[in-house]
Amino acid sequence: MTTQLPPGIQLEKVDERIMTLNVGPQHPGSGHMRLIIRVDGDRIVSCDPDPGYVHRGEEKMAEYRNYITNIPHLERPVIHDSCNILYPYCLGVEELLGLQVPERAKYVRVIASELNRFTYTLYWLAIYGIFLGHSTMFMWPAGDREFAIDLLEKLTGARVTHAYFVPGGVRNDLPANFEDVCLRQVNYLEKRLKTYGDIFYDNPILISRTEKTGVLSRQDAIRLGTTGTVLRASGVDYDLRVKEPYDVYDELDVHTNVLKNGDSYDRSKTPWLDMLESCNIIRQALEKMPKSGSVRVKLKPNPKGGNDEVYKRVESGRGALGAYIVSRSKPEPYRVKLSVGSFRNLICMPHLLKGEKLGNMPAVYWSLNYWPVEADR
Amino acid sequence: MSDSENSEQEIQAQPVEEKQPDLPKFEKDQSDKITTKFGSKTEIAFVKPNRIKINVKKEDILDVATFIRDELNYDHAESVTGVDFPADKEIEVVYHLGSYTDPQLDKQVLSLATRATREDDPNPGKDSTRLPSLRDIFYSVEFHERECFEMLGVFFDGHPDNRRLLLPEDWADLPPLRKDFAIKGR
Repeated sequence: MTTQLPPGIQLEKVDERIMTLNVGPQHPGSGHMRLIIRVDGDRIVSCDPDPGYVHRGEEKMAEYRNYITNIPHLERPVIHDSCNILYPYCLGVEELLGLQVPERAKYVRVIASELNRFTYTLYWLAIYGIFLGHSTMFMWPAGDREFAIDLLEKLTGARVTHAYFVPGGVRNDLPANFEDVCLRQVNYLEKRLKTYGDIFYDNPILISRTEKTGVLSRQDAIRLGTTGTVLRASGVDYDLRVKEPYDVYDELDVHTNVLKNGDSYDRSKTPWLDMLESCNIIRQALEKMPKSGSVRVKLKPNPKGGNDEVYKRVESGRGALGAYIVSRSKPEPYRVKLSVGSFRNLICMPHLLKGEKLGNMPAVYWSLNYWPVEADR
Repeated sequence: MSDSENSEQEIQAQPVEEKQPDLPKFEKDQSDKITTKFGSKTEIAFVKPNRIKINVKKEDILDVATFIRDELNYDHAESVTGVDFPADKEIEVVYHLGSYTDPQLDKQVLSLATRATREDDPNPGKDSTRLPSLRDIFYSVEFHERECFEMLGVFFDGHPDNRRLLLPEDWADLPPLRKDFAIKGR
């Protein structure tokens, strides 16, 4: 039987053995992206990631706004980690405009970006827990995240989307008594984080589901250009806070957590170890921070960069986050490119999911610490 | 406005001014290795602390990239950025390369830039704005080049998978990051 098809519509040949599944873009198991997965029985034959469902053209928008008005929209790709995504942009603009950031502002930035690492990673951990069927691991991080969010709300005025970093410092100084409250809550969070180890990371069910699934070898991690927790879980010692310290990270003692196996278990454990390290960093920064001083340099109205380009990078919750800014003596940047960790780790998905069981897909997918909105920008 | 019109010449003029003795030594050595090997084929755009930028013609980029990978130990690409220069009728593609294996290069980012002739009316997939793909040399550029292809309309020869990535399948307009694609109301 032949029927006339409407123009533009094609029929796809269906294999008898291989079935194509569209996971997403509105499937809760994939976030806001689509994975086109071909399965043979319950084995994945191939996986074709199709991001772009939440593409918003941040880079194009940045070409129409000046250096300061770019700030509130450039943080949108990761609203939980908005300090970190603005960090390389601010560092780049400071180099272009030749701004010297006050010492106190540098410490405030470190504290804000480490607290943001908490809010992002706890959110990610909650999702990872619920997709492995561990509902306690959803409730606990989602609840504890409020402590970090409360601190950031005190500091910046907003629960998420802080728009707190500006070229030349931060938007406002610490509120009264912030140091004490911060220290108390970070100590509490650290205590809570250690209990996650007992309930989640030592849990035999989690171990049996994630150990030896989706193994990324050290060579592949380097060849694929992965970054952040994915890279460190595969045994590569690379953390930009140590390797290319920005602001005052060189004055703080930062320990890099490196795990060896490169499986989903190690990839899920590295962000948790990073959060514990963040507690240490925040305590050190609170101690070493100058007790008073300015936190922002005054900018000229509509500042212009020269004919120059900069590439700055920081370590975010998802890995290295680079900002490439091309300036052509205008108040607006000529081109802004955000090189984000999620997009760089996207290439792992076809590599890791091939040959894996379909049931292991969420365990592998979410262990990549992937944030679809950030990858789409 | 004469500043912005002269901007391209000023960019070309910059490296001459910057070749002063206070250049960072390690970065200078790196760039010297490339210039001694390739001579006039490459042009050092700038040498700054931890950052080097090298301009090459598109015919030579595969050779230079292979040299950078094998001799200078850069092993992955961090990002691939297309920049549209309608005044020059060119599109520049910048590869930011880094290294995980060589501890000396931890801080370094090498920008390898090349330019392609810009076709005014890109026909997606068949346009003549073409560059050789670096995917066989740096495997990690695969998705970055796909993004560059759809956003700037640069077709990468030798890329196994030149398909759309972020844009919708039925996108029938100019590649959006070209300068002549204007946002409504701006």
